Amino acid sequence: MSLRIVVCVKYVPDATGDRHFAEDLTVDRDDVDGLLSELDEYAVEQALQIADEADDAEITVLTVGPEDAKDALRKALSMGAHKAVHVEDDDLHGTDVMGTSLVLAKAVEHVGYDLVVCGMASTDGGMGVLPALLAERLGVPQVSLLSQVAVEDGKVTGRRDGDAATEQLEAALPAVVSVTDQSGEARYPSFKGIMAAKKKPVESLDLSDLGIEADEVGLDGAWTKVDSAAERPARTAGTIVKDEGEGGKQLAEFLAGQKFV
Amino acid sequence: MAEVLVYVDHVDGAVRKPTLELLTLARRIGEPVAVHLGAGADEAAKVLGEHGAVKVLTADAAEFADYLVVPKVDALQAAYEAVNPAAVLVPSSAEGKEIAARLALRVGGGLITDAVDLEAGDEGPVATQSVFAASYSTKSRVTKGTPVITVKPNSAAPEAAPAAGTVEQLAVTFGALATGTKVVSRTPRESTGRPELTEAAIVVSGGRGVNGAENFPLIEALADSLGGAVGASRAAVDAGWYPHTNQVGQTGKSVSPQLYIAAGISGAIQHRAGMQTSKTIVAINKDEEAPIFELVDYGVVGDLFEVVPQLTDEIKARKG
Ligand SMILES: Cc1cc2nc3c(=O)[nH]c(=O)nc-3n(C[C@H](O)[C@H](O)[C@H](O)COP(=O)(O)OP(=O)(O)OC[C@H]3O[C@@H](n4cnc5c(N)ncnc54)[C@H](O)[C@@H]3O)c2cc1C
Ligand SMILES: Nc1ncnc2c1ncn2[C@@H]1O[C@H](COP(=O)(O)O)[C@@H](O)[C@H]1O
Repeated sequence: MSLRIVVCVKYVPDATGDRHFAEDLTVDRDDVDGLLSELDEYAVEQALQIADEADDAEITVLTVGPEDAKDALRKALSMGAHKAVHVEDDDLHGTDVMGTSLVLAKAVEHVGYDLVVCGMASTDGGMGVLPALLAERLGVPQVSLLSQVAVEDGKVTGRRDGDAATEQLEAALPAVVSVTDQSGEARYPSFKGIMAAKKKPVESLDLSDLGIEADEVGLDGAWTKVDSAAERPARTAGTIVKDEGEGGKQLAEFLAGQKFV
Repeated sequence: MAEVLVYVDHVDGAVRKPTLELLTLARRIGEPVAVHLGAGADEAAKVLGEHGAVKVLTADAAEFADYLVVPKVDALQAAYEAVNPAAVLVPSSAEGKEIAARLALRVGGGLITDAVDLEAGDEGPVATQSVFAASYSTKSRVTKGTPVITVKPNSAAPEAAPAAGTVEQLAVTFGALATGTKVVSRTPRESTGRPELTEAAIVVSGGRGVNGAENFPLIEALADSLGGAVGASRAAVDAGWYPHTNQVGQTGKSVSPQLYIAAGISGAIQHRAGMQTSKTIVAINKDEEAPIFELVDYGVVGDLFEVVPQLTDEIKARKG
């Protein structure tokens, strides 16, 4: 039987550009360049490798985001995913992680899945909790933060490099996994891949397709509220010296002055 | 007074510093009740009590070690139901965030992750977060249910505040999902004898400029002269010069020490994301245009192979 893989990818503001907040204190996604979160490229890559090992597998990439989020789907399709699902709805503006996990859970169920693959964290919000929430909502095992992952005989196995220990994990499918940037470089889309992606199906869904009420998501449905956002004052310019043979000593003097020595 | 649950991060009863910081913050909101899972509750209770825990709820079961995350969520939920707290605080480790998120969803409370400060407010606790690679600081609060908040290390100073720290057994029944993800084997990380990276008051990091694993002892010697931890940029980690557990930045550890020294690190946005909130920042880089110099309190433009050993020697000489 075919292995159904769903990869959750997020469209995020470019981290190397200027990121800021909109007036309603949500992340400004209009005035900035966006892209497929680099950390989700690792998820797409691992899905492709798992699919290669399986006899028969189908990879669906899934995103919840504005119109432009299609760019992220296209990129994932050009890397080799088979089809895409885009959940887009005006009422989604300002949704927090609880709402996003609800939408993703419903969408994953809508697609049908044996394995959900996520990135370790989004590069904008960066909470790194969505995979755990998705597993909780779907009622399936969470096998998260893997630096190595494999699927065999209806089981997913992987290595989690934690703070205190490295753990070898195992769970039965269906399951939700997330992979880290240690899992292996993501491939670049080939020219052929880019051309092929243009013909791959992208299904668009809105909240009503998923049976979600508007008040369960969006700014008003959020369980948290940002009251203020202030740009950090730029660090005041420090002292910079050129090393002319005494740089180490000068630095020691500075550290002593600050009571570190 | 309202009670605040504090999830204890410990190794066999040795409580890690971020938990004591959480107790300081918890006391701003209410009375801390600690939740200690696994072995060593009696030992932990002494320290937790000294820092303000009125009660220490504890449970020990093989499931906590044998299965990933979910058994701990079940236990924390049991504590939540027993106490009915005003807020739940969890240390912001990778696992801590996952536990907090699943608990928040189960109890219908809003979730705030990676807070760097916490105050009592008219409408519940107000959390400060540092976002977009620490270029913004936000204040947020939970508007639905009981706030579940994870707090980063070094967000407050642990304060002595003697309280009873009475140990009470917590009854936990594991749900069907608890045994979903089996921990087949576990290899504990070897201790380097240096302070924990995220907890250290001083961090010395090396980057691509260190130019090889064989040169990292230079960085280690400087760290040791200051009693600090060793960090590395992703470039140094990807090159295999230093373990990934020491990586500082967006996909590594986020640190906020009193002093951060970057040697041979350019200061890319993803690196900044993990160190920009350090109190004092020092850099050694031979390129005066390196972006890291925009952040520094003191910078030396020079060759780290000259500057670092001289600095280490000078510190040792001064310390006698
Ligand atoms: C999604 C994503 C996540 C990332 N996460 C992280 C992360 O968590 N942490 C992280 O660090 N990076 C991360 N990066 C990578 C980041 O973008 C940079 O590539 C990386 O930080 C560069 O490391 P570096 O400063 O050591 O190397 P370089 O940028 O190559 O800088 C080396 C510096 O050393 C100096 N130098 C060379 N020789 C000497 C010498 N003898 N003496 C003094 N100075 C010398 C050079 O002038 C240069 O400034 C991430 C990137 C992406 C896309
Ligand atoms: N809007 C979204 N659409 C699709 N996937 C998402 C979205 N937000 C988060 N994810 C997935 O969840 C992971 C962790 O996200 P986060 O918890 O926001 O850091 C990401 O790496 C993605 O795989």
